[in-house]
Amino acid sequence: MELVWHAAVSGAVLGLVYALVSLGLSLIWGVMDVVNLAHAEYLMLAMYATYWLWALARVDPFAAVPVVVPLFFGFGWLTYQLLVRRIVRAPVATQIFATFGLLFVLRYTAFAAFGPNVYGVWRLGEGTVSLLGVPVASSKILAGAASLGAFVGLAAFLRFTKTGKALQAAAQNREVALSLGIPVDRMYALSWGIGIGSVALAGALLIPFYQVSPTIGDAFLLVAFASVVLGGFGRVDGALVGGLCIGLLENLLGTLLSPTLKLLFVFAAFVLMLLLRPQGLLGEPGR
Amino acid sequence: MSAIRRGAVLGRVVLALAFVFGTAHWLPSAAVLAQPGPTVRVGALYPLTGALARIGASARHAVELAAEIVNREYRDLRPLPLASERGLPRLGGARIELVWADTRGDPATGRAEAERLIERERVTALVGSWQSAVTATVALAAERHGVPLLVPEASSPRLTERGYRWLFRTGPHDGMFTELIFSFMDEVGKLRRREMRKVAVLAEDTEFGATIAGWTMGIAQRRGYNVVAREFYTSPPASLTAELLRIRAAGPDVVIGANYLVDAILITRTLKELRWFPDGFIGHVGFNNVPDYLSAVGRDGNYFVTRAAWAPGYAKRNRLAGAVNELFRRRTGYDLDQDTAREVMGLLILADAINRAGRLDGETIRRALAETRLSADQVILPWRGVEFDSKGQNRLVGGMMVQILDGEYKVVWPFDVAEAELVWPAPPWDRR
Repeated sequence: MELVWHAAVSGAVLGLVYALVSLGLSLIWGVMDVVNLAHAEYLMLAMYATYWLWALARVDPFAAVPVVVPLFFGFGWLTYQLLVRRIVRAPVATQIFATFGLLFVLRYTAFAAFGPNVYGVWRLGEGTVSLLGVPVASSKILAGAASLGAFVGLAAFLRFTKTGKALQAAAQNREVALSLGIPVDRMYALSWGIGIGSVALAGALLIPFYQVSPTIGDAFLLVAFASVVLGGFGRVDGALVGGLCIGLLENLLGTLLSPTLKLLFVFAAFVLMLLLRPQGLLGEPGR
Repeated sequence: MSAIRRGAVLGRVVLALAFVFGTAHWLPSAAVLAQPGPTVRVGALYPLTGALARIGASARHAVELAAEIVNREYRDLRPLPLASERGLPRLGGARIELVWADTRGDPATGRAEAERLIERERVTALVGSWQSAVTATVALAAERHGVPLLVPEASSPRLTERGYRWLFRTGPHDGMFTELIFSFMDEVGKLRRREMRKVAVLAEDTEFGATIAGWTMGIAQRRGYNVVAREFYTSPPASLTAELLRIRAAGPDVVIGANYLVDAILITRTLKELRWFPDGFIGHVGFNNVPDYLSAVGRDGNYFVTRAAWAPGYAKRNRLAGAVNELFRRRTGYDLDQDTAREVMGLLILADAINRAGRLDGETIRRALAETRLSADQVILPWRGVEFDSKGQNRLVGGMMVQILDGEYKVVWPFDVAEAELVWPAPPWDRR
């Protein structure tokens, strides 16, 4: 029983991290119907940025957040202006090839810049605290809390600010939003900024307990897609529910039945969801 | 742009790319420096570009050093094969001339390059190529043309289990390394009078991990150990908490890991988070990835044990290893490691066979390789010598166990060459 509890608590913390990684993917997908296959590469680059700030200037990964997140907000904005703007209305295949190409550009730029080596931050003071009776690394708890904070903040932004409402309008119907004078193009750029900024937040928070190499995005990309589908296409809160579900599924069933099959459980849930409830857990039918 | 014009442009781009990639093969790499006197051409296949370029660069230094040892006179390296005379004496003092090829870490490229070396460069023998998957395709080319292939370091047991006629492996394979780990555990258990019969396996799920897990099960059963947990995961894993929770619940004395570097780092961090450490954690690779592993985990890497084909500590215990290490250091600025040590020795063993064959005919060289008899004092690795079995595997190989102590890799076994005392059982996290 203790084992189950342990698996559940650490699964929930892991799920929050997955949710934060998926947040930006879900937002961009929801606002402009573009699937960003390069999403996890931004995670990787943000991890490098945080790592180098630590390695060269001894900036604590948490202290690096105010630097890394705005930087990647700008990076996301720029990506939209340079690449995505040209393919917003292109056929899906074009969009897929464009972001897939972007994935390779970003990944191999990292290879060229940092080499294939693996880097990680280690700190002697790194502690483990007891969360509901389960030992969890304090940096993981911080990451989980920051993830919840990011979701609450984004939800408040979307619901209560004028810009947030304009963003939702642009997501719902491009033409109508345009006719109401909403600068749809700027809203799209904003969603890329927020989306990439949030995945950068995840990267900065992952670095204390996860290592970075140019291909590390592979560990997270499929999980992020599964989270978004499980929670509901294009719903930001769906990413939270989806991420939590996957963290719990993977850890609980993995610990109880067999860790070897943990990804099978995740993707079985993914396929079942697509078959039985394609709109996701939170989505409304017919959207 | 119309569809037709688009097509035309695309066609030109493809043609241009085909030209660039197609011709690149025989432009600079075939340019070989002219050397006076007769030469024996040996093809060396390593990943010189791509993700493994750093490994390829080290391998190049090692193989070139070995060629230099053959070609020039190094009296103080006696009784290392061919060190104390110039060139290959039975071939009129012929020099070894290396022809390099870049596998790019890719099996298909590896095979194509092997074919090129054999057909166009007319090499007498091949050496390479670090990765088991690439070596497997290079072996196909070697078999097809009847050219001897010497494998110094690739460690998949399958390479020699296939019954290839032309493949000879001088270093140990993963099954032999696993056997070594159990010999180590036998001795430690006896010496420390500590119960260590319960073993858990944590392995990544491709051929490397699966093979080691299989061998571990077999050897454990034969030697009376009990495998209480066996967990596989896909690398790179996002989390290993579920795996390690299950292993901890099974209560093993020793955990044997077949993991890559990123996995090893995550294992270290997760064990620390769980505040658990078995009596001993023995890793095949990953934990001995110098210097990346320790620079990522720092002091948390202490007390992990890993198997090694060679370690810098051995250079202090073995005169010949120390002397070759010194030459390597002078050339590169860093010490030999378990890959480069095997690569130096590999080419020397190949050159020794070519010399004994006395002519540059594939079959004669193959027979000479099969008849190789080197003793323990003629090699720079902790082997009993070199003697190939019917499958082309050196059956006199050996290895060492290395433990991370105070952030350094120290040889701890075999006990007679140990440079530090093994810490076993490893202390719990709160007493480090």
